[in-house]
Amino acid sequence: MSVLIFVDQTENHIKKGAYEALTYGVQVAKQLGTTAEALVLGTVNDDLASLGKYGVTKVHQVANETLNHVDAQLYAKVIAEAVTASGANVVVFSHNQTGKAVAARVAARLKAGVVTGACALPDTSNGFVVRKTVFSGKAFANVSIHSAIKVISLNPNSYQTVAGEGTAEVVALNVAVDASKVKITAVNKVSGEVPLTEADIVVSGGRGLKGPENWGVLLDLAKELHAATACSRPVGDAHWRPHHEHVGQTGVQVAPNLYIALGISGAIQHLAGVNRSKVIVVINKDPEAPFFKAADYGIVGDLFEVVPKLTEEIRKMKASA
Amino acid sequence: MKILVCISKTPDTTSKIAFTDGNTKFDETGVQWIINPYDEWYSLVRAIELKEKDASVTIHLVTVGGPDCDPVIRKALALGGDEAIRVNADNTDSYFIAAQIAEVAKKGAYDLIFTGKEAIDYNGSSIGGMVAELVDAPYISLATLFELNGTTATITREIEGGEEVAEVSLPVVVSCQKGVAEQRIPNMRGIMAARTKPLQVVEPIAVEALTSVVSFELPPAKAGVKLVDADNVAELVRLLHEEAKAI
Repeated sequence: MSVLIFVDQTENHIKKGAYEALTYGVQVAKQLGTTAEALVLGTVNDDLASLGKYGVTKVHQVANETLNHVDAQLYAKVIAEAVTASGANVVVFSHNQTGKAVAARVAARLKAGVVTGACALPDTSNGFVVRKTVFSGKAFANVSIHSAIKVISLNPNSYQTVAGEGTAEVVALNVAVDASKVKITAVNKVSGEVPLTEADIVVSGGRGLKGPENWGVLLDLAKELHAATACSRPVGDAHWRPHHEHVGQTGVQVAPNLYIALGISGAIQHLAGVNRSKVIVVINKDPEAPFFKAADYGIVGDLFEVVPKLTEEIRKMKASA
Repeated sequence: MKILVCISKTPDTTSKIAFTDGNTKFDETGVQWIINPYDEWYSLVRAIELKEKDASVTIHLVTVGGPDCDPVIRKALALGGDEAIRVNADNTDSYFIAAQIAEVAKKGAYDLIFTGKEAIDYNGSSIGGMVAELVDAPYISLATLFELNGTTATITREIEGGEEVAEVSLPVVVSCQKGVAEQRIPNMRGIMAARTKPLQVVEPIAVEALTSVVSFELPPAKAGVKLVDADNVAELVRLLHEEAKAI
């Protein structure tokens, strides 16, 4: 019996979200009175023994280059074998792009119950009940897992990373890896910008900006905050901004520490994409904009006047810090 | 060329979310039911586009649910599916649902299985990967573009911080999101035709549910917005820094 945490990598480096999953998995292990171990697939340049800082005693690695790309079919086989080999009865993933491709598939292979989008530690006082977000963040469901092996994928930015001291034992796991049936022909990373789903701060614009030529004020603010940029659906549909910036129910769902909405009225479909943000700031000239009801802080005013001032004040604050 | 499109019935995106029976059941009072937008706008419409290019394509729809799913399935048929299969079972466990769909998929020997990237009610993002595992096919998740050339699919999918292009031979399971296709409105001819298209109801295979929902909860209400005067932007910066610790 142990907890196995899948540690996700991209381009030979461990992803930020993996540390949250590690901290969470270690806590689950403590709750169950057992140990936590990590699993890394592919070749990585980071020091894996240092994952011990998060409380795992052992790091299993399948250092096969085929696994540097995520092929859900191969990953499911290899991870399921690692679960069996390590004797884990709880498996933890991050609910990011890789987790969405792999966690449920691993669960099906192991005939294990899965809760994706988990947002709290399991309640083990009576069975094994995991809380997850449902209805696009508008509610929570407490879901009981009945199977012997339990699979959880953790919502990004829902668990605080805690690092201490410690070194983990790194062990090579010998698992046969088939040839991939999926050929990756191109990888296009957005360079120079902060990826939207990983950003701590997101600055988002709506129709209130009146046209793509006015985006400068928003971009200046985003740059000052090292924030990712996003937009509302009408803005994406009008091609004022690339559609991958569209945040909302049918676009990207984000959960940053800070979401700043400029000139967005806050339709319910937009809120569904941002309501897991920790702090929401709304700047809109319409005091009746529904977004103010979902906001923590707000300014009723003309964004073209307010936003440059805001950028300037943030610059001043940083300079004095 | 046979395509299976997985359809889920969900509450309309503007529905008020509330629960009854001691917070164990979704309150359906006044709720409008729709085809899950990811299933409809992206996967179903892309399947229809493939059929428009190649008349030999057959589109089957599958859903797992009770008779109350029939209006939603008819609407999907009105958009353009050829026939539909409803597995007559109500269950929230994703493994149970995926096992039912996989059973339909194995019997129909489909070349391509489409799902939406998630259903907007349960937000599981699980069914595609599970079905792929159960039929032992490759799975491409979070597709933003889908092209077919003979029996090779070229799929662009979202990865962290960008996208990648994958080539894979059929059969394959694909979960679709924005970019794959554009929303369509069913026309009168489609609506009339849908009435006579076959909707086959099959009984579920015996599968043990591995999870169950114990209860639902609504998030605590926001404390209320703190408004800052437009002439005092420095105060907002102070609050974000000192109170919210967000910058």
